[in-house]
Amino acid sequence: MPARSVLSGVHFMNGDEAIAEGALAAGCTFFAAYPITPQSEIAERLAFRLPRTGGVFIQMEDELAAMAAVVGAAWGGTKAMTATSGPGFSLMMENLGLAIMTETPCVVANVQRGGPSTGLPTAVGQGDMMQARWGSHGHYELISLCPSSPQEAFDLTVRAFALSERFRVPVLIMTDEVVGHMYERVEIPEEISEAPRRRPTGPVEGFLPYKPDEDLVPPMACAGEGYRIHVTGLTHDERGYPDMSAEAHDRLVRRLCDKITRAPEAYTWTEELFMDDAEVAVISYGISARVALGAVELARKRGIKAGLLRLITAWPFPDDVVRGVAERVQGMVTVELNMGQMSREVDRVVKGRVPLAGVYHPGGRIHRPDEVLRGIEEVMACR
Amino acid sequence: MPVKAKRQVPPPEVVQGQHPMEKYLRADRIPHIWCAGCGLGTVLASFLYAVDDLGVDPDGIAVISGIGCTGRVAGYVRMDSYHTTHGRALPFATGLKLAQPDMKAVVFSGDGDLFAIGGNHFIHAARRNLDINVICVNNLNYGMTGGQAGPTTPLGGRCTTSPYGNFEHPFNLVHVAASAGAAYVARWTSLDVRRLQGAIQEMLVRKGFSFLEVIAPCPTNYGRRNKLGDGLDELHHYAEHAVIKHGADLADTEILPGQDFLVGKFIDEEKPTYWEMYQGKVAELEDRRRR
Repeated sequence: MPARSVLSGVHFMNGDEAIAEGALAAGCTFFAAYPITPQSEIAERLAFRLPRTGGVFIQMEDELAAMAAVVGAAWGGTKAMTATSGPGFSLMMENLGLAIMTETPCVVANVQRGGPSTGLPTAVGQGDMMQARWGSHGHYELISLCPSSPQEAFDLTVRAFALSERFRVPVLIMTDEVVGHMYERVEIPEEISEAPRRRPTGPVEGFLPYKPDEDLVPPMACAGEGYRIHVTGLTHDERGYPDMSAEAHDRLVRRLCDKITRAPEAYTWTEELFMDDAEVAVISYGISARVALGAVELARKRGIKAGLLRLITAWPFPDDVVRGVAERVQGMVTVELNMGQMSREVDRVVKGRVPLAGVYHPGGRIHRPDEVLRGIEEVMACR
Repeated sequence: MPVKAKRQVPPPEVVQGQHPMEKYLRADRIPHIWCAGCGLGTVLASFLYAVDDLGVDPDGIAVISGIGCTGRVAGYVRMDSYHTTHGRALPFATGLKLAQPDMKAVVFSGDGDLFAIGGNHFIHAARRNLDINVICVNNLNYGMTGGQAGPTTPLGGRCTTSPYGNFEHPFNLVHVAASAGAAYVARWTSLDVRRLQGAIQEMLVRKGFSFLEVIAPCPTNYGRRNKLGDGLDELHHYAEHAVIKHGADLADTEILPGQDFLVGKFIDEEKPTYWEMYQGKVAELEDRRRR
């Protein structure tokens, strides 16, 4: 009897450990990674837990290899995951693209620190948000989730595995150093619903590995199942064979995007606090959203009707939700630990309907509530 | 290397019909993209004959390739086959093999893919002694992209990116593999079809990280720019200069233009694989739990 892979009950753990436990609870049996701060607690916990729960942990020689191994293990039939931080995330972009192109379900956690380059290895940042969206070459869609607490880190990791199976796409957990290292109460439920892989049901003869179901997602035949399929990062047809025509490329890339964008209800989560009567909306995510909430409460004490829109899903960007909020308020403030990344999306969606402000800090520390409050006051003055 | 005078041979008879190993090929993807005179067809056929002779169930084999001419092997075999990213066939194979430990993982890739962009992965896969079989077709340059110099290009070799002759010291692949810890290391040329098949059969049945270097002609690029003649001329060169020496000192196995070079089985040793070591730990933990 191997040790339990779901540690049901109440725990005191940090966000990194919660991601590791979320992965195990979701049925992850393969984890490959390369050590990097502030991700190490995820790898260390899984190095301890996976050999005891029937899974595989392997420390690879770099993040290029870690991501490639995850894609290989997913094709071997496992639920597979890796975790990293900025510098490693840059190296993973190559095989993240392979996972997108070959429609490989997998989960990648990025515990963000300050960049560019080696930047601030041990201190917080949110500067990889656009890299999560556009970091690998070519045009694609994927799903990114942003936990604001260890509990949410657990919950979103479980959801990430389910979404990756449903859409056959990599799902990113875009957390940050503070959530990763913050210790809080984490409750792990008794039952975690399984998210099985969509398997082919027809005969081996004539099976088309990239012929999608009605929802544009094809069932996945894994290694050793007898389908003898060909998987390539080249543009391919429904047989999985390379096809270098513009028509085939259009068909494939369009479907890879459409399969995600046509079903926003499956992955779009936001949280609204104090928004019922709000005149100014603060938009934030991850650890910054918790500071922003403090600033909203401060503003309320000063008689400013502020509210918080917390983005739990970063990508695809929740256009409709942000547009809806823009129609109800007189100003919006985006708070993030970079010099303005998700705020570009807010700008794109709001299209000048209301004045916008940004409270930006490149990382190294979280915002102070008074800095956010100044942003709120600034946008209120523009009404 | 010196140019051999062409021998007068009658044109080969054109044989119509199926390849004897067609059952293992994606016939609907033939003709392949490889040039006339290339060694890749021979190496692929040797692999398929090896599979056939051993009677291994093809459903239990995964073929994993990187990018390049050899990288296209994965596209032609009718097995679970993965054409991955440049240099990453080995880490992809690592994940797949650990997810499916009972499958045989065969990595088919070129010298540039495995030893330049993928060099770090190669030494670490060998170090871990993963149960993976690597067939590396070495044509001394990057063929797919038009004949650029690579990590195996001999000193003086003319390539599109070494127009004045290569002045970088090349890798000796079998020496690298042995130094990194490969449990089986052999080198043959694409002329040695029976020995190639034999080596692949040995690799498929043994455990551990196995490395086979196959020296193969690239008449379109390296051969043409270095006046080595056509593919057949290069095979003549192999016939005259390849010297079989099993168990040779790896330090003596360097390939120098125009000179004799050693082929054979250089390393064949038993040591626990990564998976056996992992399973050993799992059993230890289980044992401790029970007590």
